[in-house]
Amino acid sequence: MPLALNVNGAVCPLPEDLDPSTPLLWVLRDTLGLVGTKYGCGQGLCGACTVHLNGQPMRSCVLPVAAAAGSRITTIEGLDPAGAHPVQKAWCELDVPQCGYCQAGQIMSAAALLAKNAAPDDAAIDAAMAGNLCRCGTYLRIREGIKRASALAAGGKEAVS
Amino acid sequence: MKTSSSLGRRRFLKLSGLAGAGLVLGSYLRFTGDAFAIEVRGAAEAAPAGARLGAFVRIAPDGRVFIAAHVPEIGQGVRTSLPMIVAEELEVDWRSVTVEPVPLDRAFSRQSAGGSNTTPANFLPLRRAGATARVMLVEAAARTWGVPAAECRAESGAVVHTPTDRRLGYGELVALAATLPTPPAESVPLKDPRDYKIIGRRIGGVDNPSIVTGRPLFGIDQTLPGLLHAVYVKCPVFGGKVVSADLDAVKKLPGVVDAFVIEGTRNLNGLMPGVAIVAKSTWAAFQARRSLTVTWDEGPRANDSWDGLVREAREALGRPGQQTPRNEGDVTVAIAGAAKTVEAEYVYPFLGHTNLEPQNCTAHFRDGALELWAPTQNPGGGQRMIAETLGLAPEKIRVNITRIGGGFGRRLESDFMVEAAAIAMKVAAPVKLAWTREDDMRHDHYRPGGVHRLRGAVGQDGALLAWDARFATFGNVSGRPGSGAGISGNEFPAHFLRDYRQEMSVLECGIPMGYWRAPGSSTLAWVTQCFFDELAQAAGADPYRYRLKLLENPLQPKPPRGGFDPGRMRGVLVDAAERAGWDGPALPRGRGRGIAFYFSHRGYFAIVAEVTVSPAGALTVDRVVASGDVGSPIVNPSGADNQVVGSVVDGLSAAWVQSDDVKDGRVVAGNFDAHPILRMPAAPKVVEVRLIQTDNPPTGLGEPALPPLAPAVCNAIFAATGKRVRSLPIASVDLSWS
Ligand code: FES
Ligand code: FES
Repeated sequence: MPLALNVNGAVCPLPEDLDPSTPLLWVLRDTLGLVGTKYGCGQGLCGACTVHLNGQPMRSCVLPVAAAAGSRITTIEGLDPAGAHPVQKAWCELDVPQCGYCQAGQIMSAAALLAKNAAPDDAAIDAAMAGNLCRCGTYLRIREGIKRASALAAGGKEAVS
Repeated sequence: MKTSSSLGRRRFLKLSGLAGAGLVLGSYLRFTGDAFAIEVRGAAEAAPAGARLGAFVRIAPDGRVFIAAHVPEIGQGVRTSLPMIVAEELEVDWRSVTVEPVPLDRAFSRQSAGGSNTTPANFLPLRRAGATARVMLVEAAARTWGVPAAECRAESGAVVHTPTDRRLGYGELVALAATLPTPPAESVPLKDPRDYKIIGRRIGGVDNPSIVTGRPLFGIDQTLPGLLHAVYVKCPVFGGKVVSADLDAVKKLPGVVDAFVIEGTRNLNGLMPGVAIVAKSTWAAFQARRSLTVTWDEGPRANDSWDGLVREAREALGRPGQQTPRNEGDVTVAIAGAAKTVEAEYVYPFLGHTNLEPQNCTAHFRDGALELWAPTQNPGGGQRMIAETLGLAPEKIRVNITRIGGGFGRRLESDFMVEAAAIAMKVAAPVKLAWTREDDMRHDHYRPGGVHRLRGAVGQDGALLAWDARFATFGNVSGRPGSGAGISGNEFPAHFLRDYRQEMSVLECGIPMGYWRAPGSSTLAWVTQCFFDELAQAAGADPYRYRLKLLENPLQPKPPRGGFDPGRMRGVLVDAAERAGWDGPALPRGRGRGIAFYFSHRGYFAIVAEVTVSPAGALTVDRVVASGDVGSPIVNPSGADNQVVGSVVDGLSAAWVQSDDVKDGRVVAGNFDAHPILRMPAAPKVVEVRLIQTDNPPTGLGEPALPPLAPAVCNAIFAATGKRVRSLPIASVDLSWS
């Protein structure tokens, strides 16, 4: 039976000839055209491919698509398409990205962290984000960004950009 | 298998969560042109064309302003900072500006991103570009009203006739303005920096809204109708060639469209021989390569190893250097008569760039012409290499420049572009070449490793008397150092010390070398500023004041060619020391402060690092204080600060955990397990940046903050533990103490 995925709230039937062991990452990118989720290592080492599976952060590069069928998948495109999620807003406010390549994964990890810990301290942030590499070294702004997102989610006033 | 291009627009919008969100979508459609295929697909309403005023400025009839971003964006912020310069002189509100990508085009003089050159090379020309357009718009308004231009002023995207307060928007004026003669660039009046409204403001990156919502931006994100996906398999030994490959077996694999051998050239930085596999998806191509069997001719360098190269280097260091970049005074005599001498060997490994976006390039060959979508720092170089290697006329090669997932110098090389071009020329469809992470780590153009032997002498009174340095470095050709592998005669304390010698020998090896962020400087700063610390210690002097004292006494009153301005360097050194509390209470054992400075890419930087080393040897970098002088103004302080903090983290990562071992002619590490880069928990807790705005023209920030980081940290480790780190990475050095 052909597989179907539930991505960003839409049901997506997959082509019949799709190898069910294909990592979710490549199905998102090449089959569904959702290229916001990034390839960095293909081995679960860099976090660039992080998506949410039923709200949990997952490395989509090591997750066979068959194992993702039946779960609610959220990609960076679906986090909030208007960019209004507190993490997205904080990222823009603080100008977190440099090259930006890691940031989809960073944002998905950060959003998952805040969903279960609304006000993480430095240690909790470092622990939750340790799987996401940033080659450009934006870690300090990411720490700040998560705190800012936490404040925004708690109803904090938006800073003027 | 279905490719993304077979999805209808409606389907794409739905998946991307944008269904029925036409307005939202519109506001994100900042990119026009076919470089961004998916966005174009959604772009129902293209921006009205309007008219162009010079190469950089286009104004739509509705007053929207489009400014060309002509330099590749690698994270250094130029897609934001350069248009800010144009917008400032054009007198428009930043809100009305849309930044447009442009392909490689002769209309722009220089479209490469490297050497921290972009700001110094563009600051004046872009001000003039904006001012020229402004002058033409003012002239158009004056003609419309029949008044002298001198009675008119530009303001917020409009021209105002001052005596009567009449007002015409740029959108209404642009059609006429575009027909007027362009005034000579040198003649247009430039704004007084005191009146700047955009330059000097913290402005977020123009692509941030797209980045945080996952819009396609990067090279690897390119999608075209009918796109095929390729991998390119090269010999694991640098310089190796294909003898034979079992192509038939690969062609039978699911999703594979074609497989062929590319003979390639002998240029280690060009099109190396290999096997291309073209498939319907990236994954099918990645899978197929696992089944590929190739017989390689590994060539003459199959026995190269880092251990062997270090052995050779040490032998070479026992002999006088092949070259002597500087020999002042008489170091032999000075050292013989000195009260104290110090000798040390410093060694650092080869190091890849590990951009987070692996190398990739999309190419389409049709009707004798080639079009590329390339994440390249050097589009012109790529075009040239393709033209020369594949025999195409440069006019037949269009290069679209995508956003880039990390540069660091890696993408000044054009190997991935010429590979994509060579593959595309054999395939009747557009094709995206994607390197695996393993390809990327094992086929880089590495920062050259090196071995230094230094001798120095201090007098009874502690005065520095002599510096005698010998450097064994590497090149692919005998006698010629690889990219970033050389040394000049200008390394500090040259120009501050009478008896100074620098020798160099270049050893041949087969490892491709390339520029790595702050080429040369990133390693030479570590060697020279650490050894200088050893001499301060021998002199019984404070490492900060020992530096300062020398900087106060240059041999010549004016900075010599290749040297730096001692006054500007003292400025940053004193600032960093004071802000770091250098003279504050002494730190307990196991904690330490270290200081270093360096001049590179026209920029002056001093860094104080504060570290903790546990008795077991675990290192924590608690605080980094960085002071820089890159002139003024700072175009975008947010981007500038991001560059400096990023350089600190990058410099720390490179010095602490990164290296590339070479065995049997190949790089050993293939992924981030064997070649780690710094993770968030190891990043400094605090980085404090200050840019001193001196009255000097603005220079670049992509590189100069990085070099002093490693020596500052290693000098701090010494202060904490009494142990000198003389080989990198720091992680391979035992820092335990008791
Ligand atoms: S690409 Fe999945 S963790 Fe790196
Ligand atoms: S911003 Fe470049 S890798 Fe993180």
